[in-house]
Formats: sequence, structure tokens, C-alpha cells
Amino acid sequence: MAKNHVTTTINGEPVEFLCETQQTLLDVLRDELQLTGSKEGCASGDCGACSVMVDDRVVCSCLVMGVEAEGKSIETIEGMADGDQLHPLQQKFLENAALQCGICTPGFLVAAKALLEKNPDPTETEVRYWLAGNLCRCTGYDKIIRSVLEVAEEAKGA
Amino acid sequence: MDGDTNGYRWIGTRTIRPDGVDKVTGRAAFGADFSLPGMLVGKILRSPHAHARIRGINTKKAEVLAGVKAVVTSADFPEILPAEATKGSSPPNYRHLSQNLMAREKVLYDGHAVAAVAATNAAIATEALSLIEVEYEVLPHVTGVLEAMAEDAPILHDDLFTGGVDPKPGKPSNVAKRVEFAIGDTDAGFESADLIVERHYDTEGIHQGYIEPHAVVASMAADGQANIWCSSQGHFMVRQYCAGLLNMNIGDIKVTPAEIGGGFGGKTTVYLEPVALLLSKKSGLPIKMVMTRDEVFRGTGPTSGSYMTIKVGAKQDGTITAAEADLRFFAGAFPGAPVHLGCMCGFTPYDIENVKAVGYDVVTNRPKAISYRAPGAPIAAFGIESAIDELAKKLNIDPLALREKNAAKQGTRTAYGPTLGVVGFEETLEAAKNHPQMSEPLGANQGRGIASGYWFNVGGESSASVSVNEDGTITVTSGAPDIGGSRASLCIMAAEIFGINIDQVRAVIGDTTATAFNRHTGGSRVTFALGAVVIEAAEDCILQLRECAAKTWDIDIDAVEWENGEARPAGDNAGKFEPLTLPEIAEKTPMTGGPISAKKSSNVQGPGPAFGTHICDVEVDCETGHVKILRYTAIQDAGRAIHPGYVEGQMQGGVVQGIGWALNEEYIYGEDGKLQNPGFLDYRIPVASDLPMIDTVIVEIPNPTHPFGVRGVGEIPIIPPMAAVANAIENAVGLRLTSLPMSPPKVLAALDNGD
Repeated sequence: MAKNHVTTTINGEPVEFLCETQQTLLDVLRDELQLTGSKEGCASGDCGACSVMVDDRVVCSCLVMGVEAEGKSIETIEGMADGDQLHPLQQKFLENAALQCGICTPGFLVAAKALLEKNPDPTETEVRYWLAGNLCRCTGYDKIIRSVLEVAEEAKGA
Repeated sequence: MDGDTNGYRWIGTRTIRPDGVDKVTGRAAFGADFSLPGMLVGKILRSPHAHARIRGINTKKAEVLAGVKAVVTSADFPEILPAEATKGSSPPNYRHLSQNLMAREKVLYDGHAVAAVAATNAAIATEALSLIEVEYEVLPHVTGVLEAMAEDAPILHDDLFTGGVDPKPGKPSNVAKRVEFAIGDTDAGFESADLIVERHYDTEGIHQGYIEPHAVVASMAADGQANIWCSSQGHFMVRQYCAGLLNMNIGDIKVTPAEIGGGFGGKTTVYLEPVALLLSKKSGLPIKMVMTRDEVFRGTGPTSGSYMTIKVGAKQDGTITAAEADLRFFAGAFPGAPVHLGCMCGFTPYDIENVKAVGYDVVTNRPKAISYRAPGAPIAAFGIESAIDELAKKLNIDPLALREKNAAKQGTRTAYGPTLGVVGFEETLEAAKNHPQMSEPLGANQGRGIASGYWFNVGGESSASVSVNEDGTITVTSGAPDIGGSRASLCIMAAEIFGINIDQVRAVIGDTTATAFNRHTGGSRVTFALGAVVIEAAEDCILQLRECAAKTWDIDIDAVEWENGEARPAGDNAGKFEPLTLPEIAEKTPMTGGPISAKKSSNVQGPGPAFGTHICDVEVDCETGHVKILRYTAIQDAGRAIHPGYVEGQMQGGVVQGIGWALNEEYIYGEDGKLQNPGFLDYRIPVASDLPMIDTVIVEIPNPTHPFGVRGVGEIPIIPPMAAVANAIENAVGLRLTSLPMSPPKVLAALDNGD
């Protein structure tokens, strides 16, 4: 079967790609566009390692088809830093040792950024529930949650 | 402890890890992120049966499908005969490893690999798997440990006879071996006890649950030389195992480590790599294989489940007079349950005169168990630390006080032989006693539980090189994967030794050609053992740097000292020459004898054993049976915390894995022997909303055998949580739960039954 031609925007840049109908957005990002920062942990929407933004909504890219990117705006972990300026969440994760193996980190950062854009001053409980769709097996979540809360706190003072 | 760095400049500080930026920007390449031009996709066909004889495998239809380039079955792998099952030092059983990799006469569990294909894309590979015809003769199966030990149990291996018993049994058994560790006379010890507690406990099989599925790219040339890129806990292990399984020369295989997305012991063996090599050899092209989550659950090592009997006796004053454990662990399809480790660790927190621990390693129709963080110890501790709590309650002694009274200390003889050196168990108990959580008020249906744990820690073969670069910066190259911050700790130790800024030191994980052999990352060994080797190499470099300075000044090397990153003239020469900084000496090396570097390899001994004590507060919902963790504090002797942030992280992560083990996680098998929950939806690991912050207290009783006093830290924190949670539930609602997981249905049933 002929491949599908898709025109979309990824991290602010216009992008065109060809994909099989059965390819997920995650497959396209990783295998066709070499954007391997989004990870596949389960392919069933349970782990959140593939979290990306589609038109300002955080989604599991393993549950979105590649063809659904048509006309949309996609943001991935690769677009989070501004050149050599890390996003405050990225910087805070480093300072707080909020990652160990790092496989879940891109998904957490994308999801946490989405939270703070929607709710700049979340409670600990709100952070915990917002990030409940992102699995981390290394850290016990403590330093991740603290990092998100600290970034929110520092943004208030800024 | 921050701020009190014991006079060190870098040890004990929270530096930014050198691999950090790549990991927060998505640039870090994990197992599945590597690709080669022209590579094929490899996939594995797995058994749908728990136990069946393979009557035949027909791969013809798959082979002729357009796009399929290679198909392999066990017939393509060398058969490893019993006499060749072990080779080299500290080996696996290659016969079992080979049979686990690709089933031969029988499939032994739902998910056991039977064939593999390589095709030009994933869809074709998947279609090819459906065209492989396997004729099975389904056999009776057994997944429970007691059922597998029964007289009439279906036998998995006709050539497996129970080891460790005399006389050697005349017929095969699912009990692979019996082990026993004992000191004193437990019969006499129980005779002198005023009170004895005795109960059965059981735990289910659970998975390590790393978020990154196993992944590999392998390429094998026509002359038999091979390259492997993969994520594992030991690329030297991958090389050694592939060579052993495929009868290759170790020197013909180069393994390049990817970043590893979690392992916890589960990536200390091979599943895909030898298969990918054979597919590559057959097809002449590179192969990429990535497991699905379903395959990870069904085909890779969970840890053992168990059935245990724990008996402890004490005097009225709390002195424990005798303790016995009977531990029966299932190993899955091939022998190797960590039951001996459970026997060795379980009672070690206590100085008891009479101890007997007996263990049974039992095969069942489940995936072959592999290490999971402190293998064996958490299982044993669930039973033993629950028993200690019950004993305290019955003696009407505070559980911390009972532990203090019997605490192991320097000079305590362990049941497995060694006498403990400098250890910090009593200090963890003291810290627990003084922790604010102990005085937090508890409400209705709320309770507090205490539990402790012991792990001996591990050293082992370690190799590293330290190079002084032309500008005086330092490169540390080592060969054990960084699974959670070890590059950061190696940089800190090297910067401390050289006396230079941390950003002048970079640590890289080299491939199998970059350093000599390294034992895999596991057992909490890397910061301790590799750290010791890196320190030795750095000190060798400093000796060379002093020699260079001595040549420059034309004085004796003994008259040159190294301080704060520079060579200074000492003794009679003090003040005669301007100090030479590391960059200045590095610049001069073309004139003073050439580049400066040191390679060190050592089988590092003397890992400092360590203890932890945990405090857990829970609330039990008596309507639903749901247990909520309200507060949790983990206290642990880390010897010396090189990077406190990553030590805390190990503690918090281990605790939460333990909470999952306590409350949610279990392998659920149907009557048909098939795994019913091979996904993260139904196999539920803890999520952020399940948990409170995890408080940590790092106790530092330096390990005398390490230059900075390091003890391993990664294993201990998963040992106490299951008992800590169970003890807290008992304290909340007066019910002693003895079966893991303590999931809502079980808690509710216990509440309904009153026990």
C-alpha cells in the first residue's frame, strides 16, 4: 500500500514525512524522523515515556497514529531547550538528581512542562496526579515532584 | 549532612552528573535508539503453552515470505552438553542459558522463545512469525512452589536431581538444590526460649519493571567477527555469554554499551543478543531487535516467589535465643533462585547464638528468575522482619528496642560464616529512634511499622583507565554501565584525588575494547569497586605528574608533593620553585617522558556490608482494603555518600519498588499456566499519586577497606519495605498479613475474617 504523505509542524519547524497507515506518531518520530528522545516503554499508553504535545495537549505518542499529525503542531523533548539554554525544568532535574537511568525523563519533562503551562502553581497532590501517567522505576518520584514544585515556586518569584 | 563534607572538596557534594544534559534533552542513546544502515528487524516467536513437548517446527512458509531474510530455531544454536555447561570463572550455566534463549525439546513457560525471524520491516517480521508452524504436545504444568515440590508434580527436567542432599536422589525432581546455613544448636536455643513465634509467609513472583525494554543491534561479518550495541548491566557479560553460547572467541566480539534504561538486576543476562547475532550471520545484514512490554513480562527474568516458615524464640527480656527459616523459592524454568542469598542475609541484622536457615531452589513453569535488587534478601526479610515484629508485640517490647537489644555489631558471627567488621546497624536504629516520624500522631486505622535489612554488598573484577589530557583535563574510562549516577561518583572521586575542579574530569563508559574485563553492574558494586580502581589509577597518574615536575626542576621525586591540583617542591626545596599546575605539567609532557595515563584492573575485595532501617506509616481503608502509605523514612549506612543526591535516589527508588512489591505487584497465572497480566495496566507498579515524599537519613560509618569509606547503597533499600508495610498494617488494624502482595482483596478478606 502506498505510504501516506503528512504535513505537520514539529518543534516549530514545518515537516513533511511519509508513513505507513499503521505507524504510530511515536514510530514516525523515532524511525522516520530520528527524533529518538521520545521513548517506547509499553506501546499501550501506560508508561508515558513517549509523551509529546499535540496542539498544546500532552499525549502518549504511541496512541496517536502518524497520519493524525497532519496539520497539527507537535512538540517533543528535542524542542524543549532553547538552543543551549535548558528549560528551567531540565535544569532543576539535573540539580536535584531527579533522574537515575533517564529513560522516563523526556516524558516527565514534557508532561511537567504541560502542567506548569496549564497550572503555574500546583499543589503537591496536583503534581502527583498530573504525572501519574508517567512511570519511573528508579527514583520513587520524590525528586521529580520536588523539582516541579520548585520550578513553579521560582517562577512565582521571577 | 550537606555542608559537613569531612574536609573533602568534592566527596559528599551534589555535583551535576556528566551525562545529565544528554538525558534531559533526549540526546542520550538508549538500547533502542541505535540504528545501522540497511539493518533488518528481528522478532521472536514465543510459546503459548506453559509446558509442552515440541514435536516439530516448520519454518518453510516463513522463509519464503517476501522480505524475510533469515529464520532461526534452536537447531541453529550449538547444543551445550551437561559437561560443558560451565566454563570460565563465575559463569552462568550455559546449557540452561542456551535452552532458555531458544527452547529445544520442550517449552517450559508461556513466553519461552521457540524461533526468530529477520525481515526488512516489522510488519513482515510479525507476519513471518504467524507462518511458523510449531507442533506442540501439551504437558501438565506447575507454577506454584509447593505444588512443584509435591511428590506427584509434573517434572520439568528429566536430568535434574536435587543437589545438596545425601544420598543423591534416585529420581529427578523440581527441587534443584537444598542449602543450609547454621550456627549453634537451634533445638537447644528454642528450649531455652520463654516465647516462640512461628508462621508461614508467601510472596508472588514480581518483575524488575525497568521502563526500557531489552534492545539490541548486532552485526556479524562473514569471518565471524561481530559487533553488538545494546543496553545491559554489563557489556563484558554480554560478550562473554554470547561467545559461550555460540562457541565464538571472546576477542571476536565487540560490545558497545548503550545508555541503560533501568535494570535492577534484570539486565544481568542475555535474551536477544545471541539470537540477533545468528540472524545477522545467516542474513549477512545487521539486525535490530526490541522487545515489546508483553515480551518483557513473559520472557524475561522476574524474581522468585516463595513459601517460607519462620520461627524465632526469645527470653522474656527480649534476648533472641534461636531462629530458624525454611525458605522455598521458585526459580522459574531453570535452577537459580536466590534462596541461598535469602538464607545468608535474613537473620544477619541480629546477633543470635543459634540460627538455622534452609533453602530450596525449585523449578516451575515460569520465566527463569534473574536477579532483582538484593536478590533473595527482600523475600526473606518479609518473613523474618514480620516475625521480629510479632515477637516484639508478644513480649510487649518496642520493636526498635527489641532490635537494639539483639543488634548485630562488629564481632557478631553471621550464620553464613564471616564475622562482621565495622558496621552501622545500631546507628541506623538510633537514627530511627530519634526521627521525627516516630512521634507523629496516628489516627484511626493508621499504624506504624519498623523493619530492617542487610546486604553484604559486592566488589569484583573492575578495570579502568585514567588519562591526563594535553590540557590537563582528566578522562576516566571504565567498563561498567552507569545505571544511576556512577559516572558522577567516579568523577567526584577522581576530582578529589587530583585536587581539581569537577568540570575538569569526565567519565565515560568504554566499550569492550577500551578497558579490560569488568564484572557487570550489580550488587551495589560500582561506586565501591570501580571507584577503588579509579582512585588507584588517579594516584598512579599523580606519581607520574610528580615525576614530570621533578624532572622539570631537576630534583628528586620525593622532594615533590602533590596538593590542590599542583606539584609543589617540598622539604629542603620548599619555596625554591613556583608550583606547577596540572595543565602546566600536561603541556610539558612531550619533553618530560610522554603522555600520562594509568590503567588498573583488580578483583576488588572488602565491600562493606550494610544495614538499613525503615519507618512506615499507613492508613487502612476498612471498606475497600486499600492501604495508603502516609509517611515513609529510610535510614541507611552508606559508609560514605559520594554524591548524596544519588544515594538518596537509590534509597527512595528502592523503597518505592518495595512498596509496589508489598501492595500491588504480582505475576498472575491462570489455570492454563498463562500469564494474565503482562502489561503495565494490569501489572501495576507504583505511580506518583500512590506515594508521599520518601524521607531519607544517610548514616555514614566508613567502610575501612575503601579509601573514602564507600559501602554499596543500591540493594539495601528494597529489603525492609514489605515487612515495614505489613508491620504498619498490623499496628493499624491488628491483623498480621503474611501473603504478598497485600492488595485490597487480600486486606479486605483479612478484615472480614478477623485474621
